[in-house]
Amino acid sequence: MNHLIPPSIQPYVFSVLYGIVIVALLPLLAGYIVLVERKVMADMQARLGPMRVGPHGLLQPIADALKLLIKEDIVPEKADRFLFWWAPVLSVTMALLAYAAIPFGPVFQIADLNVGLLFILAISSMGIYGIVLGGWASNSHYSLLGALRSAAQLVSYETAAGLGLVSALMLAGSLSMKEIVQAQYDQGVWFAFVVPVGFFIYFVGSIAETNRAPFDLPEAESELVAGYMTEYSGFRWALYFLGEYANMVVVGSIATTLFLGGWLRPFARNHDLLWGTSIELLDIVPALLFLGVAAYSFWTARRQPVQIQKLVMVAVGALCVVLAAVMTAALFASPAVMQGIHGAFWFLAKVFGYIYVFLWVRFTFPRYRFDQLMRLGWHFLIPLALVNVIVVGVTIVLQQNWEWRHPMLAAVATTVIMLGVAAFLAQEEKQHQESMPAAER
Amino acid sequence: MNSVLFYFFSVLAVASGVLMVTRRNIVHSAVFLITALLATAGIFLQLQAEFLFVVQIILYVGGIMVLFVFVIMLVNLDVSLHLMQFNRQKFVASILAFVLAAQVFVAFWLGRNSLSVQPARLMEPKNTEAVGQALFQRYMLPFEIASILLLVAMIGAVVMAKRRV
Repeated sequence: MNHLIPPSIQPYVFSVLYGIVIVALLPLLAGYIVLVERKVMADMQARLGPMRVGPHGLLQPIADALKLLIKEDIVPEKADRFLFWWAPVLSVTMALLAYAAIPFGPVFQIADLNVGLLFILAISSMGIYGIVLGGWASNSHYSLLGALRSAAQLVSYETAAGLGLVSALMLAGSLSMKEIVQAQYDQGVWFAFVVPVGFFIYFVGSIAETNRAPFDLPEAESELVAGYMTEYSGFRWALYFLGEYANMVVVGSIATTLFLGGWLRPFARNHDLLWGTSIELLDIVPALLFLGVAAYSFWTARRQPVQIQKLVMVAVGALCVVLAAVMTAALFASPAVMQGIHGAFWFLAKVFGYIYVFLWVRFTFPRYRFDQLMRLGWHFLIPLALVNVIVVGVTIVLQQNWEWRHPMLAAVATTVIMLGVAAFLAQEEKQHQESMPAAER
Repeated sequence: MNSVLFYFFSVLAVASGVLMVTRRNIVHSAVFLITALLATAGIFLQLQAEFLFVVQIILYVGGIMVLFVFVIMLVNLDVSLHLMQFNRQKFVASILAFVLAAQVFVAFWLGRNSLSVQPARLMEPKNTEAVGQALFQRYMLPFEIASILLLVAMIGAVVMAKRRV
């Protein structure tokens, strides 16, 4: 196919194509993450969730998007119009821009920057301006308080999350997202198992950075109406929402790339073959998964109450069969195509797993008070992250100098030390609270 | 292509610098300062110093300016809107500006032979590694001195902000 494209534009063709695909698909994806969130919430609260629009509410995101598009766009009278209009746009742009460096697979990546990770961090740290400026421009107390909380929270937790990432970076020895995944393949282990403490710190930090419960103080509805989004309505509000969910996918992608092996399938170095063929045994798992979902859809299609819902359910099943066929066909294609398709599958599967844990946490933990949030960040996570970086650094040097080769040994050692440090910090915190006068507690 | 990018970013930086100084509303000034910093980052990128580009954004745009905006929002804006924005000594100011410009011009003119124009090239080893090696090997001592200075400043700020430590 390469000979069809003139060489002068060749490096740009696939990047532009991937960019268009991502920008086109992301709003849809965000809509369906919202649906998943509502469904998971319903399940955890023993309800059904959205059921009316499409079978099991499958068309709900589209109906919601349509509703938001045609709603009236209200601008408060004394708002700063210029910033009020541009703040949501900024929020979404920065979230989308970060996708430029995310590797969805060995092939499917817009640009492999050699400072890829730093680029993503820089861009997503600019997303805060969408929230802060929008909150200020609304000329409302609730919005301003939400914006201020958001700024303080983001600055505090970005430090901790960044230090958590450093521990994985030291193992990888590169800032390029592609090389980080390659390093995990070469070392034969996902970094989440080598530096579990770093992973934990990044996980907590990323929840705080995306303003999600239990750290959703910038939009705490019981205190601030809707925080920085109070004065927004219609499509601008939808843009904020899109930005938030796009950011969730970004932090999920960072965690997947650095800690969960990126596009590598589980047991990537196990090359057992299917009997009598040249297909690796574990590569048939994606196709089987899709076939299972398809079978379930066909089975529940009979039980749908309305004719149209039966049809949509069958269509969902058919889609899964097609995806299974694609996964199977990829096994017989050239290695590059096969790696691209299966890599994207595993990458997205891990990202969605990470987001599922986000939802799980949201419906499990009560919201923090603001001073508790700040104390958790500065008194617990940042010291823990600093010690973690030092311990991991020492372990790496020991491994290199003393031929102390087994990576899991290092994992066990660091975890034990870190648990000690965490216990010490928790004890310190407890004493600190007890020594405070009652008025300041 | 390269020079187009350079002029685009330079014009953007200078224009937002001018806008930053002339806006009445401080939040708008802050926004234009952010654009100016971003345009400078763009120039770093165009010179193939991608590490500097990223650090400029993370540090100035993502860190320092967030705190700036944070503080500005706590200030009562209505008061500042009615304050006189510029000092009225235009004559002295323009002379000083002219002298400064002449000085820069003379410096460039005298050094025109020693300042050779070289096209930017990709560093080998890569940019980030090169910065790291320079900081931690060649310039270890200045780096440590700077970090101790920063530490002292930080402790000082904490002590001053919080009387009961």
